[in-house]
Amino acid sequence: MTFLQARRDRTTRVAAALEHASPEERRRRTRIRVILAVLGLLCVVAVVAYLTYDVRGSWDYAMDLRTRQVGSLVVVGAAVGASSLVFQTIAGSRILTPSVMGFDALYLLVQTIIVFFFGSATFLMMGVAERFLINAGALVLFGMLLFRWLFGRNSRNLLVLVLVGIVIGSLFNSLTSLASRVLSPNDFLTLQDVMFATFNTVDGDLLWIVGAVCVVGLLALVPLLRYLDVVDLGYDSAIALGLPYHRVVTLTLAVVTLLVAVSTALVGPMLFLGLIVANLARQVVPSHRHTDLVLGSVLVGILATVAGQFVVGHLMDNGTTLSVVVNLVGGIYFILLLMRTVRL
Amino acid sequence: MISVRDITHRYDKQVVLDEVGLTLPVGQLTSIVGANGAGKSTLLSVISRLIKPERGTVFIDDLDVQTAGADAISRRLAVLRQDNRITARLSVVDLVRFGRFPYSKGRLTPEDHVVVDEALDYLDLQPLRDRYLDQLSGGQRQRAYIAMILAQDTDYILLDEPLNNLDMKHSSSMMTLLRRAADDLGKTIVLVLHDINFASCFSDHIVAMRDGKVVVQGTPAEIMQRETLREVFDMDIHVQDLNGMRLGIFWTTGAPVGPLPLAGQPETDGSPGQAQDEQAAEFAWRA
Repeated sequence: MTFLQARRDRTTRVAAALEHASPEERRRRTRIRVILAVLGLLCVVAVVAYLTYDVRGSWDYAMDLRTRQVGSLVVVGAAVGASSLVFQTIAGSRILTPSVMGFDALYLLVQTIIVFFFGSATFLMMGVAERFLINAGALVLFGMLLFRWLFGRNSRNLLVLVLVGIVIGSLFNSLTSLASRVLSPNDFLTLQDVMFATFNTVDGDLLWIVGAVCVVGLLALVPLLRYLDVVDLGYDSAIALGLPYHRVVTLTLAVVTLLVAVSTALVGPMLFLGLIVANLARQVVPSHRHTDLVLGSVLVGILATVAGQFVVGHLMDNGTTLSVVVNLVGGIYFILLLMRTVRL
Repeated sequence: MISVRDITHRYDKQVVLDEVGLTLPVGQLTSIVGANGAGKSTLLSVISRLIKPERGTVFIDDLDVQTAGADAISRRLAVLRQDNRITARLSVVDLVRFGRFPYSKGRLTPEDHVVVDEALDYLDLQPLRDRYLDQLSGGQRQRAYIAMILAQDTDYILLDEPLNNLDMKHSSSMMTLLRRAADDLGKTIVLVLHDINFASCFSDHIVAMRDGKVVVQGTPAEIMQRETLREVFDMDIHVQDLNGMRLGIFWTTGAPVGPLPLAGQPETDGSPGQAQDEQAAEFAWRA
């Protein structure tokens, strides 16, 4: 009954929106849909190409391995794309992404601390899934505290935030390396193993649980999207329009930390991937609605990781790694963005 | 009715609002004037709950701004601030639709669309409705923001320096527009203004602030007095009556430039002669 009611409301809303849209506006909507559809199609092509390119030897073995690889690439691309775009909106800046703010460095630190205090025996005894969930939980907790502190302050100066992020990131990295130096060699090896996972070797169990968390995170984002449209107007306007600003920002940050945990758990830190993906998505998808933007960013993210790894893995024969390429391209892009914003 | 009760607020240790109490009349256009740092914008921010004051309360009708739900307030009170960032790819009509957010939370009903169209019509924005905000001139963009505020359909509208960055033509048409909204639509409009002459010509009521306090308030005729203005702005401003408009001549400090017809106003200050002499001396020097 209520479902039917909701359906009917939606239908009248859609009809009204159509009726009150000018031809130009309808053209724009169609254009956005087409762009998103093309992106989706490209993603499918990339995935299929990755799976089937130049299979030698056992088809079954290749499929099994490659499905896991491509699965983790898709999960990482989606998580990084969605979290980075949404984070940009909250931070009110195109330059700030979770990685730039030292988020994934925090993930590694949390992991190191767990090994440091409980030893690698406990760490290994826990299943992959439990380990990830504990890590993610701790990250969400710490991340929330950190960001409440950062954004709660009066200084919303962009450069200050970038600086703080970079300082915090290197602080976390130093703490991580300090803690790992104090560890016993055994513990250290265990840690190395989990910290620098690559796309080539993916644990099936981990992929399942991480993929599930990613889906949950993305779904949790959906009802927030139309509030994020208002956040994009700036704090003052959002408050004036009656948006529960702090609740929206806090919830979104929680989802962002979760998604960062997802991607870092699978492939380790990828400093500039989010930056490239989110900004590309904003350029490619000419919309202010976060339903379009986030979907676009997810698709661009999947495309970037799958196509990128296809090139690095298949065409370049693993001559380099995806993170190296991403950091090279992304680093240059980051500097360009900074220069354009700051006009040095 | 907006009633401000005993508001005190500090930035660090600097007192910006000092036990401000104020009642703003309904259905009228009220201007808040004062020098930079007098606390005008802060007061507006407190009323619109952008800032939580250290002490004191603000009531909109019977609603306490701090405790009432964000929803309820945003259906009665609309605010336009200066620092509007436009990062998103937003067209005029998209922006105006945000005005309906308090009602439909981004899912516009057929009625919402009607209100949006009315707001666009009211501000003659239909021809520009599909332009992106960064393709508009300052005056057009300001009008788009006003349309959003009108679409919010509130009884009270607060505007923080709406004439900033507008040229003379757009300033005067903006004020005419606000005046019209107060008269035709019965809105209660409160604005922070820097130009006392706009305040004088367009408001029903003027509130003058200095050092975080309300120094004086009243009708334009009451406020636009040389002594009062001296008290508020710490400037000697000659006031001239021109067909019922009271204008402050503030471009030159002190007395009027040259021999102006002083519409029956007795000269209380001793200085005009001296000022004229200086003027003459300057001209002589230039020549």
